[in-house]
Amino acid sequence: MSLLAVENLTVAFPGHVAVREVSFAIEPGETLALVGESGCGKSVTAFSMMRLLPPNARVVTGRILLDGADLMAASPAEMREVRGKKISLIQQEPMTSLNPVLSIGTQIGEVIRRHEKVSRRTARARCIELLDLVSIPDAHRRIDDYPHNLSGGMRQRVMIAMAVACGPKLLIADEPTTALDVTTQAQVLDLLDDLRRRLSMAVLLITHDLGVVAQWADRINVMYAGRIVEQAAIRPFFAQPMHPYSRGLLGARVDVDADEHYSASRLSEIPGSVGSAAGEAGCPFAPRCPMVETSCRVVPPSLLAFEAGRRVACPVSLQAVTLEAARHG
Amino acid sequence: MRMGRRIAATLKRTAIHALPTVLGIIVLDFLLLQLMPGDAADVIASESGVATAETMAALRQRFGLDQPVLTQLVNFLSHLAQFDLGFSPRYNMSVLDMIMTRLPGTVLLMVTALSLALVLGIVVGSVMAAWAGRWPDRALSVVVLLFYSMPGFWVGLMAIVLFSVKLGWLPSDGSMTVGASLTGWAFVADRAKHLILPALALASFFIAVYARLVRASMLEVQRQDFMRTAQAKGLHPFFIQLRHALRNALIPVTTVAGMHLGNLLGGAVVVETLFGWPGMGRLALEAVLARDFSVLLGVLLLSSLLVIIANVLIDLLHAWLDPRIGAA
Repeated sequence: MSLLAVENLTVAFPGHVAVREVSFAIEPGETLALVGESGCGKSVTAFSMMRLLPPNARVVTGRILLDGADLMAASPAEMREVRGKKISLIQQEPMTSLNPVLSIGTQIGEVIRRHEKVSRRTARARCIELLDLVSIPDAHRRIDDYPHNLSGGMRQRVMIAMAVACGPKLLIADEPTTALDVTTQAQVLDLLDDLRRRLSMAVLLITHDLGVVAQWADRINVMYAGRIVEQAAIRPFFAQPMHPYSRGLLGARVDVDADEHYSASRLSEIPGSVGSAAGEAGCPFAPRCPMVETSCRVVPPSLLAFEAGRRVACPVSLQAVTLEAARHG
Repeated sequence: MRMGRRIAATLKRTAIHALPTVLGIIVLDFLLLQLMPGDAADVIASESGVATAETMAALRQRFGLDQPVLTQLVNFLSHLAQFDLGFSPRYNMSVLDMIMTRLPGTVLLMVTALSLALVLGIVVGSVMAAWAGRWPDRALSVVVLLFYSMPGFWVGLMAIVLFSVKLGWLPSDGSMTVGASLTGWAFVADRAKHLILPALALASFFIAVYARLVRASMLEVQRQDFMRTAQAKGLHPFFIQLRHALRNALIPVTTVAGMHLGNLLGGAVVVETLFGWPGMGRLALEAVLARDFSVLLGVLLLSSLLVIIANVLIDLLHAWLDPRIGAA
C-alpha cells in the first residue's frame, strides 16, 4: 500500500478551479517531484494534503489517504495529530516562514513538545541534536538565536530541523530552494536527501526546476493548469518526455520524424495562452500545443497508462510514440 | 543572557536621550510661561481685594518676581540641580511636597487607564479579528466607533449619570471615602470603586484605538507564512493565535501606546477635574489659574519625567516583544 494516496482531488477558489481531478500516490521512502509553472496548482495540492488551504479555498471532491485513512474525513483534532508528526511541511520562503519574534529553539521545541510528552529540558537537548543533524555549526549557541540572526540557507535548515523533529513519514517540501542562491540550493537538497535516507521518510518535492528533479527525485508528476499531465520515473522521463508540455518544459525541440499525420492536422491559428485555457473544454494545453488535434478540444484527456509506472494525459502523443515503437520494433 | 543585554542597551539609549529632552522642556516651558499675562502677585492682590503698589512690589520682591527673566531661569535651574523645585507663593508650601501628595493619584489613574485600554483593546480587537465580518465583529465595531468618537469627559459624565446617579453603584467624586478609616481589602475595594469611572473615562478613546489597531494587525498577521508553519506543526489554533499571531500584532500597538502617553496625561486634567480626583492634572489647572508658575513648572517637569519613564517601559516591552529592535 502506498504511504499516501491523493484520489481525484479537486480544489476550487471563488472564481476558478485551482486543482482538477488530481490523483497520485507516494511510496514510503521515495522522492516524488511535483513539477509545473507558477500557479498550476502545485502548492494548493500540497497544502490540501495537510488540510492547510486558505479559508476561501474549497475541496470539491477527493480523498487523501494516509496509510489508508482518509484525511479529508478526519476531525480537526485528528488532523492536528497528523500535522508535524506524520506529515510535515517546508515552505518556499525561509525569510517569512519562521516567526520573527520567537527564537529558533522555541520554534523547534514547540513541535517536539506538541507531539511528544517530554520535559522542556529534554526538548531543548533534542533541538540541539536536530540543529546538529541539519549541520548548523555551534548548535548549542545558535539555539537561542532569532531568525533575523541567520542567513537564508541557515533558516531553511532550521525549517528542515523543525519539519523532521518528530520523524514524519512524509515531508512536503514546497519549492524549498527557490529563494536560495545556487550553491546553497545544492547543500539544502543534499541535506534533504540525506535525511530522507537516514529517517526513511518520503519526500514530496515541489519545484519548477527540472535540474533539481533530475538530480534528486525518483519519480515525477508534471502538472499543467491544475491537472497532472504526465507521471513517470525519472530516467524514462528525461530520456523521452511524452506530453507536449513536458517537452516544452524540458526546452527540447522534440524532433519527431516528419510524420504527415502531425503536420496535416496541426491547426495554424491557436488563440490563447496559459490563462485562457480555463474556460475552454478539452485539453488545457490545447491552445499552446504544437500537435493539437480537433479531438483534443472536446474533453480533457485523462491519464492513460503507457508502460508500467508511466501515464500521460495525451492520446495523440501516446499514439504517435506507440506507432513509432511499432515501426522501429 | 541575551535578553538582559538587550534591555541594558535600551535603557542606556533612553537615558542618553532623556536628559537633554528634560532640560529642553524646562527651558521652553519657563520661557513660554513668561508670555502669560499677570503673575502670582496680581492674583493674590486681586483676591485680597485691596492692594497698594508698595505691597505688590513687596510681594514680587519676596517671590523673586522682580528679577530679570534670565536671572529667574538661572535661579530655577540651579535650584533644580539640587532637586529643589522651589516654593509655592500661593500655598506657602514646598512645590516638591505639593506634587508628591498629588503624584501617586495621577500615576495610579494613568497606569490603570493605560492598562485598561491595552487589555480591553487587545481582547476586543482579537475577538473582532477572530470573527472578522461576522456578527461579533460588527456589533463590537459599533461600540468601538462610539468610544472612538465620544470625548472622554462626555463618557465620564454619562457614566456618572448612569452608575452614580441612577444606579448608585459607584461613587462619582474623589479617590476614596473621606473619613472612613478602612484597612486591608475594604481599603483596596474602596479605592478601586473610586478608580473605575475616571479610569474608564480616560481609557475609552484609547480602548477604541487599540481595538481597531489589534484587529487590523491580527488580520494582517494571518496571511504570513509563519502562521502556516505553526499550523503545519499541529498546534492548536488558539495557541497559534496567542503565541504566534498576537505577539507579532502587539508590536504596532506598543509603538502607538508609547506615543499616547502624553495625550493620556493631557486627558487626565479634564478627567481629574470632572471626578474631583486629587492628581497632578488638577494641580496644574489650579496653578495656571493662580499664576503659580513654580508649581506649574514642577508639574510640567514631573509630567515630562513621567512620560519619559513610561516611554522607557514601553521601549523595554517593545524590545521584549520584538528581538529585532534591540539588535539595531
